[in-house]
Parts: sequence; C-alpha cells; structure tokens
Amino acid sequence: MNSTSVAVVGTALGTPTTRREGWEKVTGTARYAAEHTPPRCAHAWPVPATVARGRVTAVDTTAALALPGVIAVLTPFDAPRLGPTDDPQLHVLQDTVVPHHGWYVALAVADTLEAAREAAQAVRVTYETDPDTPHDVVLTVDHPGVYTPEKANGGYPAHLEQGDAATSFAASPVRVECTYKVPPLHNHPMEPHAATAHWDGGTGRLTVHDSSQGAGPVRTALASLFDLPEDSITVISEHVGGGFGSKGTPRPHVVLAVMAARHTGRPVKLALPRRHMPAVVGHRAPTLHHVRLAAREDGVLTALAHEVTTYTSRVSEFVEQAAVPARVMYAAPAHLTTHRVVALDVPTPSWMRAPGECPGMYALESAMDELADALGLDPVELRIRNEPATEPESGHPFSSRHVVDCLREGATRFGWSAHRASRRDGPLLIGTGVAAATYPVLVSPCTARAHALPDGTYVVEVNATDIGTGARTVLAQIAADALGVPLDRVTTAIGHTTLPEAPLAGGSSGTASWGWAVHDACTALIARLDRHEGPVPDGGLSASADTRAHAKQRSPYARHAFGAQFAEVQVDTVTGEVRARRLLGVFAAGRILNPLTARSQFVGGMIMGLGMALTEHSTTDPAFGDFPESDLASYHVPVHADVGDIEAHWIEEDDKHLNPAGGKGIGEIGIVGTAAAVGNAFCHATGRRLRELPLTPDRVLAVLG
Amino acid sequence: MKPFAYVAAGSLAEAVDAHGGRPGSRYLGGGTNLVDLMKLGVERPDTLVDLTRLPLDAIEETGDGGLRVGSGVRNSDFAAHPLVAARYPVVSQALLAGASGQLRNAATTGGNLLQRTRCSYFQDISKPCNKREPGSGCGARDGVHRDHAVLGHSAHCIATQPSDLAVALAAVDAQIELRGPQGLRTVPATTFHRLPGDSPEQDTVVVPGDIVTAVLLPPGPAGLPSRYRKVRDRASYSFALASVAAVLDLDAGRVRHVAVCFGGLAHRPWRATITEERLRGAVPTQEAVRQAVEAELLQAQPLRDNGYKVGLAKNLACDVLDTLVRSASA
Repeated sequence: MNSTSVAVVGTALGTPTTRREGWEKVTGTARYAAEHTPPRCAHAWPVPATVARGRVTAVDTTAALALPGVIAVLTPFDAPRLGPTDDPQLHVLQDTVVPHHGWYVALAVADTLEAAREAAQAVRVTYETDPDTPHDVVLTVDHPGVYTPEKANGGYPAHLEQGDAATSFAASPVRVECTYKVPPLHNHPMEPHAATAHWDGGTGRLTVHDSSQGAGPVRTALASLFDLPEDSITVISEHVGGGFGSKGTPRPHVVLAVMAARHTGRPVKLALPRRHMPAVVGHRAPTLHHVRLAAREDGVLTALAHEVTTYTSRVSEFVEQAAVPARVMYAAPAHLTTHRVVALDVPTPSWMRAPGECPGMYALESAMDELADALGLDPVELRIRNEPATEPESGHPFSSRHVVDCLREGATRFGWSAHRASRRDGPLLIGTGVAAATYPVLVSPCTARAHALPDGTYVVEVNATDIGTGARTVLAQIAADALGVPLDRVTTAIGHTTLPEAPLAGGSSGTASWGWAVHDACTALIARLDRHEGPVPDGGLSASADTRAHAKQRSPYARHAFGAQFAEVQVDTVTGEVRARRLLGVFAAGRILNPLTARSQFVGGMIMGLGMALTEHSTTDPAFGDFPESDLASYHVPVHADVGDIEAHWIEEDDKHLNPAGGKGIGEIGIVGTAAAVGNAFCHATGRRLRELPLTPDRVLAVLG
Repeated sequence: MKPFAYVAAGSLAEAVDAHGGRPGSRYLGGGTNLVDLMKLGVERPDTLVDLTRLPLDAIEETGDGGLRVGSGVRNSDFAAHPLVAARYPVVSQALLAGASGQLRNAATTGGNLLQRTRCSYFQDISKPCNKREPGSGCGARDGVHRDHAVLGHSAHCIATQPSDLAVALAAVDAQIELRGPQGLRTVPATTFHRLPGDSPEQDTVVVPGDIVTAVLLPPGPAGLPSRYRKVRDRASYSFALASVAAVLDLDAGRVRHVAVCFGGLAHRPWRATITEERLRGAVPTQEAVRQAVEAELLQAQPLRDNGYKVGLAKNLACDVLDTLVRSASA
C-alpha cells in the first residue's frame, strides 16, 4: 500500500461520497427493468376494470385478436392457473370477481407496445353489477362497516389503552380535541413498475428484470405462483427509479409479464402506464384522526388519545398504523391509541414512505401545536416539557433519543425565537411552525459474501436493492472500512437473486440490514486472510456472513430515529396560495454514513412531506369508484418552483445498540412531521387552523373568509 | 395506439390537401397534447399532418405597430420575444404561466390554442363525456368537479378551456388567422373558443381542414399596462383554478380602455364585458373596481364543489386591476 491509500483507510464512512452509478444514470446508460429487450421480445398491456364492484361475465377478444401484431389476449376465463400466494392481488386473471376499479381483467400481448395498447383498448369486457349492492368507496368515521382490527400494519396492536382517557381528559384544566383528515396519497415513483420476463424453453429457466425494492421476495412469489424451484428463477433489480414502498412487495405487473411469457413462448415486457398505478401498486389510505390532548397548566400531558379511522380493500386488510407514533412520542397517565378500519370497494392500500408515522405525526403534531396555543406556551417548549424518560408504550429505555437536541438546534438554525411574531407583507401573511418527527429503527437478517482478489481489490456481494438511495455506494463504504482498505478497492454487486439472500429496501432498514452482513462478511474475510499464508490465490479468497442470530434478537432498548421540522410559509390572501419559503429539518438518526446521499434522503423526504401539506391528494370518485387524479398533471407532486429554501441537518449520535455501522435508517424520517410544521405555520400566519390536507386555495380562501 | 398515416407537409396547400377536411385527420404541432390523447384513445386519427416543417415560425411586425406571430412559433420563443414582452406583457406572462419549461419548448402557438380540456372524465374513455362522445352524458357534473366551470356551462358540459395564452389573446383583442379549404380568414380571439351549449364536442369555431396560421396582435393595446395572473395548486406545471388577463389605459384618472378576461372559469376565455362597461370612463377606485367585478360574477353558476372559484376570481380581478390602476397612474 502506498502512503496516500493509508491516509484514507478507515474513513470511508462519514465521508461525502458520490453515487457509484451516477455517471451511468446521468448519461442514460443505466438500464432499468423495461430497458432490457431480449430477442423476439413482445409487449404486454393490461386491461383495467371499469366498474368498482361486480363480476366479469364475458370478455370479447375478437376485435383485439384481429389487429395486426397481436399475439394473445388473456382473460379470467382462459389465463393459465397460478399456484398459491399470500397476496391475493397477485392472483391476476384467476377469477371473475372485480373488487375495485382498475383491477386487471385481461392482458393483451403483441409484437409492439403500440399494438398491445391498441389491442387492450379493443377488448370488450362485460360486467355484471348488482344494483342492490352498489360500490362504496367513501370513507366516513361513522361508516356502519367500521371495525377494530386485531393488528395494524407492522404487526402493532390496533388498540392500546393505559389509564382512563375520558376521565383524565374531563378533569384536566387545559385540553384540545380536534379531528384531522389526510386524503389518499400515491407513491408515484418516477420509474413506473415494469418487468421483462424471459423463459428459456430449453433449460426451463426464468429470468426477470423487475423494478422492485427486493428481488428476493419477487423470486419467492414467482416460484410459488408458477410452481418452480426458486433456483430456476433469476430476478434482477439492478437499477430502480424509486419506489417509496410501492415496490416493496411483488406487484401484478411482474406476474402478468411472466404469465404472458410462458403462454406465448416469447420474452415479454410490461411497463405499467402511469394512470394504472394508483389502482394496482398500493397507496396511502386516507386517514381520519380524532385527537384529544389534555395537560396541566404547565403543559405536561395528562391524557393523550389518538383514534384513527381508515379504509382497506375487500381483497385484503391493510391498516395504516397512524396512531402508533403517539406510543413513542409522548407519555401521559391516560394514553389511548386505536385504529378502526372499514373494507370498501377500493384498491388495497399499502406502504408509502413512513406508513403510520407520516399521517399520524401530522395529526399528533398539529394537535400539540393547538395545545401550545391553548396553553399560551411556545410549541418547542411544550415538546421539551413532555420529553419522556423511557418509551411511553413499553417503558423501555431509548437506545438514544435526541428529539430535544433536534428541536433546540433547529430552533437556533431557523431563528425560531426571532420569527415568533407572524407578519404581513402586503397581501402575504407569513408565519412559522414546528413539528417533531420519529421513525422506528428496523433491521432484518441478511447474508453477504466478501471476496479478496489477487490484485488487491475486493468484491462484496449482497442481494440489496438501490432504489435511488445510494445503497450501492454506502455498502462499499461499510466494506472498505471493515476491510481497512481504500474505497476504490471495493466493488459492490447487488440487485440480483444469484447473490447472497437479503431483505428488501424498505422500512428504512436496508443499510442497517445489508450493512451488518457486509460488515460481518468483511470481518470474516480479514480473519481468513490472516490465516492464509502466501499471496491470494488466482481464484481469490472468500468469506460469508449471516446475521440471523444477531439481527433477530429483541433489543432491550426502544430504538427510533427522531427529528424536528421547521417551516416558514406565506399565505396569499388574494389567491389562497400557500408556499413554503423555508423548510429546515434536524434529524438524529444514529451515525450518518454518507452525508451526501443522506442529505438527499432527508431533503427528498421533506419535499414529499411538503407535497402532502400543500399539493398532493386524490379522491375516491363516488360515482365511478376510481381515483380521477391519476396522472402527474392532476396528482400534484411538488415541482422545483414549490420548494423554497430547504436545509437538512443532523446530530451525530453514537448509539452502541444498533448495528456495526451505527446508523438508524434515514429513508423515511424526512417526510415525518413536515406537513404538521407547514400546517402549524399556516395557522401561525393566518390565525386560522385547517385540519384537512392539502392546504389548497379553495380551502384556504374558505377559512380566510 | 391505432395505426395512422403520417404526412410531413411541405406547404400550406399540401397540408390542407392532405387533411382533406376528413373527420379522422389531425394537424400535428408540438404534439404535447394530441399525442397524449392518442395514447389514451381519446383521439384516434387516421392521418396526422405534421405542420412543423412549414414556415410558420416567424414573429414579424405588421407595420401598424402590431405583431404577427406564426402558429408554429414555440411557446417559449413567443414568450421571450423582446417585442412581445415589451408591447404585450400580458401575453408573455400568460405563456410563461403555462405548462413547464420543457413543454413550452415543444408546444406551438396554434397547438396551444387548440389543446383540449383537462377534465378527467374527458380523458378517460371508460366514462361518459359529451365532449368526447356526444350524448354519452357528463361524468363531471355530479362527479369530481372542483376544477370545472362556473360561468357559461351547460347541462351537457362543465369543462374549462385550459390555455393561458388564449385568455391573454382575448384580452388584447388578438385575431386568429385560419387557412382552410375555403381560403384565409380571421376570427377574433374572443370568439375563437365557444361555450359548450348543446355541442360541447366543438371547442372552437375551427372547422375540419382549418389550419391556425398566425396570431395577430393588434396595435391598440401595444404598450399599455397589462398583466396576467394565474392561481394554481402548485407553483408550476398546473392548470389554472382561475386566472385573469387585463389591460388598462387611463386618461386623466378615468378609464379610457379596459379589457378583463378570465381563465379557468369557463369553456372559453371569459371576457368580462359587464366589468369593462362599468369601468369605461369611470374613476377606477378600489370600490368601483370591486363593484364592476362583482357585477360580472353575478352570472356565475357554481357547482357543488367549485363555488370557491367565484370569490377567487373576484379577488384576482380586483387585485390585477388595482395593480394596473396604480401603474397606469404612476
């Protein structure tokens, strides 16, 4: 080793490092799932149901099949039968029931994309609907079908209660009781869900390029559905253009692509059109929040009740765990958190960036702001006074919790005290708001392999997925430091099921889970190299690791990331337009492994939270049962012009109770609390509280009067 | 997509001929709306006649102080042209308020005026829509219609006209030049778009075979204080919830010329003729402006969920007119 290399050894982690595949991405040479075109590749286009509740009685494919270049049209009556799955959404074209608008009822396959699309439009589907049981897609808090489930998403108990909230509430001197409403929200990653499937007739091998957050679970699902041994399937998710949870489970497109490939004997490519996505890739269910907070005169909470009502589909139960963050954030002698749900004729909701925490903390942190108003207390101070010593729900000590530090540092950086007077600038009302953020630390078992090569370089293998986060890069950093070599000696191989088995990119747990196994494999490789005498052989030396024994152990600590979000907004009294002039977040998420990509994660989350606050929403159309805002012209994700000054900072935590790299996960916490901070700033600016998102001009003008 | 014939026209005559006035023929400009609609199956042309190779991309002085803007001029070039920005700020501002930078680089002047409504029921061929399929009904009237019309709608259609440019052109009394099978004619921008009435399938007075060849900006409003303001759900790349284009000229403190036109409220740019009539010759105090705007909006017939547009339009028009009064007085 030369002296330059020695100087950088062991410092890869914590050093801002550009994405390893950045060049390929900006030059367009990085290939995504739909950009692989095997010879003779055909194209598939699904046909969505146009009723929200009913049954397919006939599918007339005559006109479609007569079009030039059309190879096949699969329908529920003739599609190949699939094996078992625990996700009924993957049982595509297996029966005639239509559980929601947009459910796939046929698949056209053709030589070209255009012909497949034209064939799909030419398919005539006849439905039977029952006028006595019309579709029902509207969530109301008093819907007769509402029930309390056993568990919410994530396996959390749906209902938890300590003390007597009603009595405590009535006996407390200061109290607020509010309802908040969050509409359906959609993940809409830039890259739509897409798959290219290729059967090798000779070997029976199936190769699938899929846009997924985890190639492993996709392979497992396909093996069962198509009755194949897992080792005859290869799933590749090399580059993925975002997912935000919607690619965390296998989705119907990949099943359809494989089915069509097997049926036609041709490789088949299927990329979902944007307008299909809201109905088939999951979404964030709308949530209705009833929050009651009671406090002593000094602001210390005496009662906290967060009751959430949401919907699920008739296909399967998914309950957005929006009352769960209250179990982590604040203690109160009387503490009630509960979820209720009703099954409607809607698409099945699923994971969307910070499921639970994101809508839940909007409501809870808005209510905390209302309580601060009622107390006449600074909202930062109110949160500091309610900082719990241990996790409220479990009583466990926190492995680390620096929410107060985040609030204080954020307040200083933001100039919180200096901006506590709202002001007017011509027609603009300007105000500031704050909210806290939390997201749990999750980790899953993982395997990895490390190779030392004779030329002094190393290859680290793990079936991780880089969904745009920089996973490929940070895993190389972890490996370099564990091996004690410069970063440029390490190559990472990810996104391929032939690599060591790994969990999906989700729950902000990818880096912790994969990194742990990479670290252990590298440590084992060093031991192997130490034992080895002489030069590294031509075939290299390898070592593997499996973290199952450690990662699954229950920690005696409550482990969560925390943060504080500050917003300055302006409200135009003429137009009702709300714009965020400044957003500032401070996060405490363990050790920050790559400051460059971490900042992107935080800022990206905050911008998505800004969209939730100001622009993003969809509607379940009572008449047709679909989401009419189904393209990016009508579903308003923020554009550059919506984002003013934005800053993300962090507090370095040295938390020994996490994983070898010491990180807590940063993919989701950035979105948590942003909408509450913006909503609180709106109230500060105008003196009026809006309790339904987003804060669009129609609603703003209505409260400004 | 349905297969179609593609003709790259070498001359106007060739283009008109290739189109032939047939119902399945469409002219192609930047394609930023037509191609989307073809993908959705809303438009299913047999023949596309590409106009982008024709010499329709010039902006020229007309000699009388006005401008002639070719229909092939891209929105971004139109907006940035120094003579447009200097003489007709309202037009430049309206163009820049539309779409996104990338779309403005591709979209043409003619195509901008002929773009179709963004009503989600119109865009979804599985739903009823009298504009797309006459007689099938209107899904929006009892559906999701927060973005829809409050003025001049009919039992058959509540869609809005989406172009920002069209609103500004109506406010400056531009003329639209058309070349059709019967030769050349011009139509005032104020009557180029129609109200839906019983035939919402017709957005404009254009008849099959007509090519929009130019927009003529008249000398009258050139150089007068003018302004376009648009309200939308996000800061860019979003259609107007409401917008207003206005031109104002004062003479000794009284209104000599005023033009006010609303966007986002109706099936066509809505010239506020009642407002204009009330203000012409008057001293435009804030109170006078308010009353004049309110008088116009008495005609509004808001639907279940879009009543906010009436108050919004009032705020917007009052604000824009008050601003113009101040700049005209200065």
